[in-house]
Amino acid sequence: MGSMVGAAVVRKEDPALLTGRGTYVDDVRLPGTVHMAYVRSYLAHARILSVDTSEAAAMPGVLGVWTNADLEGLPPNRSVPGMERPCLAKDRVHFVGECVAVVVATDRYLAADAAEAVLVEYEELPVMASIAAATAEDAVPIIEGTASNVVLEQVLSATDAEEELAAAPHRLAIHLRNQRCAAVPMEPTVCLSDWQSSGLTIYATTQTPHHMRNEMAQMFGLSQQEVRVVAPDVGGGFGAKASCYPEFILTAELSRRLRRPVKYVETRSENLTSMVHGRAQEHDVEVGFDDEGRLLALRVRITQDCGGWPDATGIGLPTLTSFMSGGCYKIPVIAPSFRSVVTNTTPVGSYRGAGRPEASFMIERVVDHVAAELGLDPLDVRRRNFVQPGEMPFATQFEGIVYDEADFPGALDKVLEHVDYPQLRKEQATRRDDPSASLLGIGFSTFVEMGGFGPTPLFEQFGYVGGWESANVRLNVDGSAVIKVGTSPHGQGHQTAFAQIVADELQIDFDRITLIHGDTATVQEGIGTMGSRGVPVGGSAVMKAAIKVRDKAARIAAHMLEADESDVELVDGEFRVKGAPGKSVGMGEVAVRAFKPHLLPDGFDLGLDETAFHEPQNLSYPSGAHCCVVEVDRDTGKVRIARYVAVDDCGTVINPLMAKGQIHGGVAQGIAQALLEEVSYGPDGQPLAGTLVDYTLPSAVDLPHYETDHLVTRTSFNPLGAKGLGESGATAAPQAVVNAVVDALSHLGVRDVEMPCTPQKVWRVLQQNGS
Amino acid sequence: MSHHKVRITVNGTAGEDEIESRLLLVHYLRDTRGLTGTHVGCDTSNCGACTVMLDGRTVKSCTVLAVAADGADVLTVEGLAGDGRLSPVQEGFRQCHGLQCGYCTPGMVMAATGLLLENEAPDDTEIREGIEGNLCRCTGYDMIVDSVRWAAANGGAGEAASRHVHGGGALTPDEAGPAPSGSQPAPVVTP
Ligand code: FES
Ligand code: FES
Repeated sequence: MGSMVGAAVVRKEDPALLTGRGTYVDDVRLPGTVHMAYVRSYLAHARILSVDTSEAAAMPGVLGVWTNADLEGLPPNRSVPGMERPCLAKDRVHFVGECVAVVVATDRYLAADAAEAVLVEYEELPVMASIAAATAEDAVPIIEGTASNVVLEQVLSATDAEEELAAAPHRLAIHLRNQRCAAVPMEPTVCLSDWQSSGLTIYATTQTPHHMRNEMAQMFGLSQQEVRVVAPDVGGGFGAKASCYPEFILTAELSRRLRRPVKYVETRSENLTSMVHGRAQEHDVEVGFDDEGRLLALRVRITQDCGGWPDATGIGLPTLTSFMSGGCYKIPVIAPSFRSVVTNTTPVGSYRGAGRPEASFMIERVVDHVAAELGLDPLDVRRRNFVQPGEMPFATQFEGIVYDEADFPGALDKVLEHVDYPQLRKEQATRRDDPSASLLGIGFSTFVEMGGFGPTPLFEQFGYVGGWESANVRLNVDGSAVIKVGTSPHGQGHQTAFAQIVADELQIDFDRITLIHGDTATVQEGIGTMGSRGVPVGGSAVMKAAIKVRDKAARIAAHMLEADESDVELVDGEFRVKGAPGKSVGMGEVAVRAFKPHLLPDGFDLGLDETAFHEPQNLSYPSGAHCCVVEVDRDTGKVRIARYVAVDDCGTVINPLMAKGQIHGGVAQGIAQALLEEVSYGPDGQPLAGTLVDYTLPSAVDLPHYETDHLVTRTSFNPLGAKGLGESGATAAPQAVVNAVVDALSHLGVRDVEMPCTPQKVWRVLQQNGS
Repeated sequence: MSHHKVRITVNGTAGEDEIESRLLLVHYLRDTRGLTGTHVGCDTSNCGACTVMLDGRTVKSCTVLAVAADGADVLTVEGLAGDGRLSPVQEGFRQCHGLQCGYCTPGMVMAATGLLLENEAPDDTEIREGIEGNLCRCTGYDMIVDSVRWAAANGGAGEAASRHVHGGGALTPDEAGPAPSGSQPAPVVTP
């Protein structure tokens, strides 16, 4: 039987999704459902003087209007103690889009009408919509009860590296910005809560149904058994659907009060101010290095904009940035520290890569800066600093942050097999001399990031019960198999990938394997899908459960074959006795026998149904090398991506077709961050991009063709040897693109262009540098 | 709020409904007709998740009032697969992994179908321009381009869409046969 792991199988998910028979939360219809709509703040910072709900409450179809005062006792969203955001703003609003009141009506149009009729009187407060404003002399604390808008400060090293920086032959100070981005899953937040006497059921657009169940149970004082969270088909998440939103709590509470199912469907306009944003970091970097470009010391001061309320996940992100600040380089001293600043903007949480793209962008820009300073080829600087394959696993200076097996120079060599680097450099020089030609730039990103989140001690810091994943594999009497898993895919294709794993372990037909996920009533336990953990952690749990089933099946087969268990082997879907090729029983026959007590040894446990947990020993560290070639139009500043080549090392590849999809999607988001996207605010805290077009979410004409390849270095940190892949593209791409853009302009003395490298910005840089 | 009686044929099935004048076609399809395959991804007519065919042309159904579709013939993603088989465009998306979360997919498939009705053999640039009004956050578009190219080479827009455009109505549910199921054999393809 051929191996399914590694085969480019088309997805099991697709026939339903392609024919309109997927079930997203808004497709779930429960009789008697009523609809919730928000009244949101249009001011970024204000005191609420009064909320007049009388007109709205009297409108047709309206079942009620609630403000914070009406929800006494409803617990706030969990976050940093003392900084929890109430579901509805209490006395003050902290950002445009914050929820002030809710309306419930029999129809979503009527609910929206009534929300418009709620009158809120505000007294405007000074707006601090940027880190600079929130940390200025005259800034006032946004969160009541705090002394300053700097709500968290942490130093992650014993030294500030000043001594080493001072002693280094060269020293550079660099300021870098990782702009605020929006995740923009095509399906916004949607939830439907149904509180019955037997308990609470919530259908929600979440990446973490089990975690949400635990949180809801705790908030409402229910046992976990009384809460059921269902994440059916979910239309993308990219980290932003790992946060808990007020609507989850509010629809539940209002369903309890109204005794009817309550649904909330966010509009895109709401989504752009309501769903957590990502990135939003500024870095002040100092680097010390020698004449050959060897990095000797690195100091990084990170400032994290956490938005109007610290998000439970978001608050941990700069820690991850700090841990990854050395990238794939051996730097003797690294001194990271961070401060988290509350501003009058949308809260910041995780967005694809969550803390690691910021680190990777920083160190990869630093390496290019060092090369430019010394007049060296950026690839030579990289090669002189790489951690070598023979040094793996590599313990960084941060406790517990140990890179697993990888080959950083090998990935770079591999990407160079796809591009003729010397030829590109020649062409670059020719074009520079030809004023009618566009400028050519070549950028590299040799990156390493974190995948396979937990382990448990790390995940506890983000409020999760654990960092493990759980799976159950059951072989039915008809020989078909069912997997239940605690990951909660929202586009990743777990149904296919996990069936591939089980098909190999049990040697049964891939088409007869089904996956159940995303429902706490049917899946025993789980943590969820984020942090590139689906395959390395979830897949490892599935593999372990399948092996347990196989082992038990082997015991039954041994009984059937009257052989010793140690002599039985599974070959091509049949159990055979070693050395006696004539005697065999198929897995199907064993499945039937598993339910026949009278034909099994006395006391044999019936069934083939096994649960396994996988706790990762550590994070895994996906890595790779990406190369981007850009053309910059001298007259317009427009950047065109001529080539994008990605070599990724995610360890074992389960399905090359889906792996390619993950890389493409991540790279697309990384390119979009480099060239197009930014959530920006006016000084009054008004968001400047209120629609998908204003935000310049890329369409098919804005993005290039991608060339992908793999380097496979299996990790020893989990049984599958897989490192995770979901976030690599988004982590690697921004600096590959920006390095290419800066490279295109480097002959003009340009050392930096801030993201996003829009035509206006690049054009201005060209003008200023006398192109 | 005034109400109107409308007759709208969707995927070959005629319907007569009493609706509010402000009801959007996309909500009519989803809520009145129960066809939830057509999605909503924005409120500013930017994303294309709601794309359907209305009397032979692709439209964003969030920009059309249902009353304006009175008497019209609508084809949605649910009406594309005939005789238990995926349409060439649907099959192309499946073969080339042109979808991940699937949320943009119904609109994307309808837009691609519309494109292939107008241009049987689009090149990659024409494909990208043809689906420019449809946003996907998962795929980065490259494999969607592959999918549409695959469809162009393997039957084009497909029977249901051609019949929708050239008259003769959409496939009736009887003609369409059972919907394709998730347990179809999954061929191994080389990417
Ligand atoms: S829902 Fe976005 S264009 Fe119609
Ligand atoms: S597949 Fe998820 S938005 Fe396109």
